[in-house]
Formats: sequence, C-alpha cells, structure tokens
Amino acid sequence: MMTYYKARALADALEMLERPDVEGRALLGGTDLLVSLAGKHDDTPRVVVDLKGIKDWGEPLVITDTGVRIGLMLTMAELAADPVVGSWYPALTEAADKVGSVAIRNRATVVGNICNASPASDSAPPLLVHEATVRIASASGQRSVPISSFFLSPRVTACARGEIVTAIELPRPVPGTGSAYRRLTRRWGIDLITVSVAAAVHGDGRVLLGLGAVAPTPLLVELPVGLDLDDRSALVQVLDEALSVATPITDIRGGAEYRSAMLRELASRAIQAALESTRRSGNGHSVRG
Amino acid sequence: MDTRFAAESQVTVTATVNGEPRTFTVPAHRTLLDALRTDLGLTGTKSSCTEGECGACTVLLDGKAVNSCLVLAAEMDGHQVTTIEEISRNGATDLQEALLDEGAVQCGFCIPGQVMSAEYLLSHNPEPTVEEIRSAMSGNLCRCASYNRIVDAILATSKKRVSTGE
Repeated sequence: MMTYYKARALADALEMLERPDVEGRALLGGTDLLVSLAGKHDDTPRVVVDLKGIKDWGEPLVITDTGVRIGLMLTMAELAADPVVGSWYPALTEAADKVGSVAIRNRATVVGNICNASPASDSAPPLLVHEATVRIASASGQRSVPISSFFLSPRVTACARGEIVTAIELPRPVPGTGSAYRRLTRRWGIDLITVSVAAAVHGDGRVLLGLGAVAPTPLLVELPVGLDLDDRSALVQVLDEALSVATPITDIRGGAEYRSAMLRELASRAIQAALESTRRSGNGHSVRG
Repeated sequence: MDTRFAAESQVTVTATVNGEPRTFTVPAHRTLLDALRTDLGLTGTKSSCTEGECGACTVLLDGKAVNSCLVLAAEMDGHQVTTIEEISRNGATDLQEALLDEGAVQCGFCIPGQVMSAEYLLSHNPEPTVEEIRSAMSGNLCRCASYNRIVDAILATSKKRVSTGE
C-alpha cells in the first residue's frame, strides 16, 4: 500500500519521514526510487514524500568565491551544463554528463544519487576527490559530514532516519588543481559502471583518487605526497599499493580480476587526464555575476 | 502540523497534457506512463522495460525528455506533458517521414520514444553532429537495430529544417 505526500516545507517532510507506522521514502528525481518501488507488492505501508514542492531552501546551484553549493533539486543535466562547475571540477562534469541517458539526466538529481548510495554511483568518486561536504538537516538542526564519511555500506549513508540531505558543498579548488573521470561500461548509454575512477591533482600537491564499483562503497584514496606523476614506473608501483584497498566482486558487469586490472588502468588514465586538466585549469575563472 | 492524514493513496492531479488541462485521479503508485495510457487513453507512448532502460516511454515534461515510467503521475500536478500524439497532431511530421524514407521503422515499437528524444535534441541543438545524435539517442533502444537509419533520419531532418528555416 503506497501513499503520496507532497511536502511544502522541510519540517513537514521531516515529520512524515520520521513516522514510525509507515516506511517513508524521500522522492527527488525518482530514477532510482521508482525502480526500487516497482518490485514491491507487499503489504508494507509506504509513503513517498515528494520533496520537490519544498520552497524553504535555496537555489539549486549557488556559486560563490569560496565554492559551490549543490542544492536538493539540481539535476545531473543542470550540473553538467554549468560552465563554472566544469572549470573548477572537471571530473564532476564528466561524470554528470555520462549518468544514464539524456532522459535520466533530465530527472536524476545529484543529492538523490549520493543518497541512493550505490557503490556504482557516478557522482560519488568526483565528489570524493573534490572533498565535498554533505549538509544534513533534521528537526533538531543542521550538521555536516565529509563525503568520505557519508557512505557506510551499499544503500546506507550517514543520513539517518529523521534526517534529509539538503545540500552538497564543494570548496573552490586552489590554483593549479585539475581533475578527470574515467569510467568503464559495457555499452554507451544507460549502463551502470563496471569500474570508475575520478582523479584530482590538487594545486597543493595532493593527489586524490575516487574509486567506483570496486568495494561496498565508493572509496577515497590519497597517493603519497611528492610523487612524480610523470614517472610511469614509480606511479605503477604506487598505484598497486594504493589500490589494494579495493575489494571488487564478480557480477554480471565483470569479474573481480578484470575489475582489478581495469581499476589500475583507469586510475592511470584518470591521473594523466587530471594532470592535463591542471594545465588548462579554470581556477583563475571569474565567478559569474 | 499533523501530517497523519495528508498522505494520499488516491491522488487528484491537474496537468496540461498536449496543451489541454486534464484532471484525473490515480492511485499513488501509478506512473505517468500508465496514467497516460490507461487514464488518458494516450497509447502512443509505449510501455516496454518500465525501468528507464529502453526509452520507449519517452515524453516531454515541461519541455524536457524524461522516461515516463520513472515519474509518478502524482508528481504531474501543475506541470506540462507532451506526448507523441501532440507531435503528430497534424499527421506525420518531417522527422517521421524521414524515418520512413530511411527505412528506420521496422517493427516500429520504439519509434514514438525515438521521435520524442530526437525532437528534444533538435529543440535545443538544431544542427547536431553524428556523435551528438548518437549520444543524445543512446537512451533509446531499438530491438530491430535500426540505429544507423535513425541517425540518418535525424540528420536529414536537421538539414531540411535548417535550410527551410523551420
């Protein structure tokens, strides 16, 4: 038995999602939620709480001198189309532009994507390497969680019952930062990743990798500081060590061994592409007025 | 506020469908796809995978292509939906004629969704490259594998529209 509730205010949505007598499911774009609900023909009382009618939070995308705030309603298509996001966080734009299909990207939201907490989320690896912070609201107030602590296990996040993720905040990269996203799928459109890697070469010298579909959650890995990224043989050794945190499984998209091999290859490619992106880095880009 | 009775198992929706205001009451779980086909009698939109994989159910929601199987009818209140019936209101369009000319229509089941995705592409990119067409259409499957012919038909339509200023 399913009911529908269109929340007009954050407090109403929170109250409905907290009710003990029904299973509350928050609805944004619905591209994951509707697939998961379609198979459920049990008697569990369920309420779909549509958050799209809520007016008491800000713009879908806010860009300031210090960074970017991705609001609840921002779709993958809107994120992919934004030029400032593209120059500050190239990996994120590349990922948002590849999720699903045109029709999926017109509907799917970035916040919904992280809350769905799929190990194969496309937006998670770039958000990890750009050190995003997740803003979470509840009846008792607001809190922030680094995205590296947000994913707990498949489909489970640090956003607990009675809480709603209201925004994702990204710090503006320091000058000289570049990033890139590389993903492997079986075919072009509408396929989940077999493996993916986001790489960010930060202007302060840190190199971060975000790994998709090789563990129960998306993973963040930091390479040793001072590494010469142009020394390919040194890089291969460092990657072998750094990527050992990955524990891929065998499923319909690929075998564990294949995933491990592709992970090393994609990591290497993503780092090279991130290095190239530092050279055309848009960090001198003026904030649009 | 007390939200105990606010969640509804039947939802009454008023939406603009193909330019006309329509009010309908549907179960909360009903998808836009099923509402179009069963409640509004608009069967041009096809139901196939029902999980956003195939694109057969593509419609325009507020002018943007979406999978109608992944939208609840309840979400439509106050929104605009355009289906293949509106596109073809005055008979086959130039794009549909081009699909026929190229031999792209074999079983035909995917074509309404293909047309909606192609019209959405051309609405914001009137002169797409082959690569842009393939990327934009990658969410629409064709089990008869007419992909190259579909791309050719979209290219031909784009050229014709640009040259005639349509």
